[in-house]
Amino acid sequence: MSHDEGQTTDERLVYMANQIATFFESQSPQAAAHGVADHINNFWEPRMRKRFFELAESGLFKLKPIVMEALPEIRRPKETTEA
Amino acid sequence: MCMVNEIDYGTPASKSDRMVTLTIDGKVVTVPEGTSIMRAAREAGIEVPKLCANDMMKAYGSCRLCLIEIEGRNGTPASCTTPVAEGIKVATQTDRLGSIRRGVMELYMSDHPADCPACAEGDCDMVEMAAKVGLTENRYGPNGENHVAPLLHGDTNPHFREQDLSNPYFAYDPAKCIVCSLCVRACGEVQGTFALTVEGRGFESRIAASMDDPFLESECVSCGACVQACPTGALREKTVIEKGMPEWSAVTTCAYCGVGCTFKAEMRGEEVVRMVPYKEGQANRGHSCVKGRFAWGYATHKDRILNPMIREKITDPWQEVSWDEAFAYIAKEFRRLQYQYGKGSVGGITSSRCTNEETYLVQKLVRQGFGNNNVDTCARVCHSPTGYGLRMTYGTSAGTQDFDSVEHTDVVLVIGANPTDAHPVFGSRMKKRLREGARLIVIDPRRIDLVRTPHVQADYHLPLRPGTNVAMLTALAHVIVEEGLVDEQFVRERCDWDAFQDWAEFVLQPEHSPEAVEKYTGVPAEQVRAAARLYATGGNAAIYYGLGVTEHSQGSTAVMAIANLAMATGNIGRPGVGVNPLRGQNNVQGSCDMGSFPHELPGYRHIADDATRAVYESLWGVKLDNEPGLRIPNMLDAAVDGSFKGLYVQGEDILQSDPNTKHVAAGLAAMECVVVHDLFLNETANYAHVFLPGSTFLEKDGTFTNAERRINRVRKVMEPKNKYADWEVTQKMAQALGLDWNYQHPSEIMDEIAKTTPTFAGVSFDLLDRVGSVQWPCNEKAPLGTPVMHMDGFVRGKGRFIRTAYVPTDEKVGPRFPLLLTTGRILSQYNVGAQTRRTANMTWHEEDRLEIHPNDAEDRGIRDGDYVKLASRSGETSLRARITDRVAPGVVYTTFHHPDTQANVVTTEYSDWATNCPEYKVTAVQVSPSNGPTEWQRDYNDQAKRSRRIVHAEPAE
Repeated sequence: MSHDEGQTTDERLVYMANQIATFFESQSPQAAAHGVADHINNFWEPRMRKRFFELAESGLFKLKPIVMEALPEIRRPKETTEA
Repeated sequence: MCMVNEIDYGTPASKSDRMVTLTIDGKVVTVPEGTSIMRAAREAGIEVPKLCANDMMKAYGSCRLCLIEIEGRNGTPASCTTPVAEGIKVATQTDRLGSIRRGVMELYMSDHPADCPACAEGDCDMVEMAAKVGLTENRYGPNGENHVAPLLHGDTNPHFREQDLSNPYFAYDPAKCIVCSLCVRACGEVQGTFALTVEGRGFESRIAASMDDPFLESECVSCGACVQACPTGALREKTVIEKGMPEWSAVTTCAYCGVGCTFKAEMRGEEVVRMVPYKEGQANRGHSCVKGRFAWGYATHKDRILNPMIREKITDPWQEVSWDEAFAYIAKEFRRLQYQYGKGSVGGITSSRCTNEETYLVQKLVRQGFGNNNVDTCARVCHSPTGYGLRMTYGTSAGTQDFDSVEHTDVVLVIGANPTDAHPVFGSRMKKRLREGARLIVIDPRRIDLVRTPHVQADYHLPLRPGTNVAMLTALAHVIVEEGLVDEQFVRERCDWDAFQDWAEFVLQPEHSPEAVEKYTGVPAEQVRAAARLYATGGNAAIYYGLGVTEHSQGSTAVMAIANLAMATGNIGRPGVGVNPLRGQNNVQGSCDMGSFPHELPGYRHIADDATRAVYESLWGVKLDNEPGLRIPNMLDAAVDGSFKGLYVQGEDILQSDPNTKHVAAGLAAMECVVVHDLFLNETANYAHVFLPGSTFLEKDGTFTNAERRINRVRKVMEPKNKYADWEVTQKMAQALGLDWNYQHPSEIMDEIAKTTPTFAGVSFDLLDRVGSVQWPCNEKAPLGTPVMHMDGFVRGKGRFIRTAYVPTDEKVGPRFPLLLTTGRILSQYNVGAQTRRTANMTWHEEDRLEIHPNDAEDRGIRDGDYVKLASRSGETSLRARITDRVAPGVVYTTFHHPDTQANVVTTEYSDWATNCPEYKVTAVQVSPSNGPTEWQRDYNDQAKRSRRIVHAEPAE
C-alpha cells in the first residue's frame, strides 16, 4: 500500500464479507448463508472472489461463521478468467 | 428557429371535474367549474388586458385592467377574480370598459419612464398594454408626483429610489415598478420563501426585500420567480440588459440536480441570453432555482479546456494534441495494457452528468470493446443502496411516484434529505403542499430549513445521531406493528404474507422499541411513537429521502426499512404516497438505468442472465463476460494491487467526490493510462495521462432521466466549443479501438436502448418531442409511461418485507475523535462545485464552513469564523468554523463544494455493506483551532498546480 493507515485490499475483502454476513445474521441460518453466497456471486468480480477463497482457505483471517457456511455456495472463478 | 412562446392564461387551471358553460363575447365556452372568466376567455382565444395576473399565481385583482361586464350583474368586476358561472353572458370589450381601462392605464403611464428601455425591447408590458387599451395621450404629463425622476421641481424626489444591482443575476429598478405584487406572490406562492413584501401604502407603497434590504442581503434565494413574473421592466435579468432580448429559444433540461427542471434556453445566435423555466415542464411546472435559472455561465468559462491533451507521466506538463492523436494514443495504450496485464485490467466510469445516450455508449464501450464489465458510475457514491434496497423489496430500482404526487400527500416524512437546498424546486413544491396543511416529520441530525420555514413547521423533528437511521426506522416499524397500525388488508393482498409475519415478529422484539433505541439515536421515545402514529394514520403518507439515508454502512438496510414502512402502512401504489429517493445528479437515475453498474445491463438485468446477454451479443456481435465487473472502490484497490491499469472517466471527478482522497490518489497514481473526459481540468485530471475536452448540456442532443424516472429531452442550442459532443468522443474512441459504431445522432442510440430494454421499449425522440416527457416503464403496456409504480401489484409480484437489524457503524467516536462529522449541500453550490464555482453563485458561498454547536466550540476555544483543523483517522484538513445550534452538540457538519477544503481527505473507507456506497455521513473527528491550511492542503495545491501546466501546441490544423 502506498498510503498510510487504511486497510489493505485483503483486509477490506474480509471486512466486506463479514459486513455482508452481519446483515444476514438476523435471518434464519440457512437463509443467511444462502444470502451471503448469493450476494457475493452477484456483486464480486472474479479476482475478488479468487483472492477471497485464498484468504478464507488460508485461515489467517477471522471470517464470521456464516461466511464460512456460505463458502461452498460461492462460485469459484473459472481459471480462464484472468485477473 | 423561433421563440417558444407560452400562453399565459392569467389564472391557474381549475381541477374540478364539473363543467360550466358560458358565453364570452358571443362565443360559447365550456370550462371546469372554478375557472376564472379571464382564463375561460383566454382558452377561447380572447385576450383580456392584464398586468397583475399570471397563471402561476392565484388571482389578485389589483391592476384593474382586466375588468369585464356580465349581463344582469352590476359593475365591472375583474375577470381574474370572478369565477365562471353557468349561462352567464360576458362582454370583455365595451365602450365603458375601454374608457375605464384607458383611464387606469393613463395613470400608470404617467408614473412610468417615457424612455423605458425594457418597453422598447419588448421586455415590459406597459407600452404594449397602453397600445392594447388604445391609450394615445397622457393628460397628466410627467411632472407630477412620481417614482421615475431623480429630481422633482429642482429638488430631490422623495419617491425616487436608485436601482438595486446587488444580486449578481438580476436588477431591480423601482422606477419601473407598478407594485402589482406579482413578485411578492411568486416569492410566496411558488417559491415559498416570502422574502418580498409591499411596504407602505398608496403612493408610498413599494416592493421591499426582507426589511427593505438590498436583494442580496435579504432572505431572497435568487430563484428568479419574481423576475419571471414581473410584468414590467422593474425586475430583469442582467444578461438581458447586457445582451438584449433573445431571438430564438429551445426547450431543454437543466443539468444540475435530480429534479430535472425543464427550461427554455433563450438565445441570440449561439449565445445564451437567459434560461427561463418552462411551464409545461412536468417536473418543475414553471419554477426554477438559482442554479438552473442563472448559474450556467460555466458553459463558456475561460477555464474550459477545448483541445485534447496527453502526457506520458503525470509529472509532465500537458501537451495539446489533435483529436486523432489523442484517440490513437488511447487505443494504443488500452490495447497494450490489456495485452500486458489481461483483459480485466481496464475499465470505464460513466457520468451521471451526461445524457442517457452517452452513458449507454460508455458501458457499451467497456462491455463490447474492452470485453469486461468493469464499468461503474458516480451513483456508486450516492444512490446505489436505493437501487439495491428497492429492488430487493419491490422488484425495481426506482422511486415509486412522480413529483405531482406530493399534491395529494397528507403526511410528508423527510429523512436524510434537505430538499430546500439540494432539490430546491421540488422543495418549493413540497412547501406549497405543507402550507396547504400537510403534516411533516423530519428525521435528520441537523435542523434543516424545512423544520421551520415561513408558514411551515415540522410536527416532529427527530434529530437522531448520525449513523442510527436503521435503529430509528425499525423503531417506527415497531410502533406501527405493536400499536396495530398495519394496513393488514393491503399487506395480505399485495405482499408476501409469510415474509411480513417474519418481519413483524422481528420488529416487535423489545430491543427495537423506541425506548430501547433511544440510547443510540438520542431521540426521546415518545417523539418517535408520535411520529410513527402520524405516519401510519395521517392519510396519504409519502417518504422522501436522500443521501443521508444511503451514504452509510447500513445504507441499503435503511432503504429496505423505508420500503417496509411504506408497505406495512399501505402507502404504495397510488398518488400521494410512496417511496421517493431524491436523486443527486441530473441523470443519476438514467445512468443507473443505462447499465452503468458492473453487474447489470440496461434495465437492471443481471449480467449473469443468459437471455439478456444474448440480446446484446447478437446485436453487438461479441461474446459478453457473464461475471460482474469491478466497482469504483474495487478498481482502486485492484490498481493499488497492480492488476488494474487503465481507466476512462467520463464527466466525473472521483478524486474530489469519492471518500478517502489519499486512497483514490494512490489508486489513480498506480494506473498507467487514466483518460479524463471533462469540461475542466478537474482534480482527477491531476492524475490523468489523457485529457479529452467535454461538452456541456447546451451543446448536445440527448435525454436525462430525473428522480421521478422522467425521461426529458436535452436539446442542442450551440455547437460544441470543444468540437465534439461527448457521445461523439466515445464513439470515436470506440472506432479507434476497432469497433464498428456509426451513430449519426443520439436518437439512434435511444432507438438501440429501446430495442434492447423492455422498460424503454416505447421511448423514442419522436415520442418525447410529441408529448414532452415520459416516465419509464414506457412500453406496450404503458405507451405514455408510468407516473406511479406498483399500482396493481409490485414489479416483483408480492412486496417483500426484509428484516433490518441495526448494526452500529465501526466508525466510532472516542477520546481522539470525539465528534461526528456529517456532510451535505448548500443551495447555491452543486456537488464538487466544478460548475457553480465558475459562476456568480460564489457570491453566496465562497468557501465551505464547518458548522459546530456553541458548546463544542466553547470547549475548544473556537470563535465564529476561526480557522479550525478538522482531523479524522484518515487525514486532516482545515476550514473556517460557523457556530450554530442547527447541529446538535457532538455533531459537526460541512459542505464539500470546494477542492481546497478537501472534506474527503477526512472521510473514511467504510462503506455500505451491500453496494460499497461510501459512508460519507458519519466520520469521527476532532476539531481544534488552527492557523491555516494543513500540510496536506499545501502539498495538494502544489501538486495540483504543477499537474495543470499546459504546453500549447503551435497553431495548426
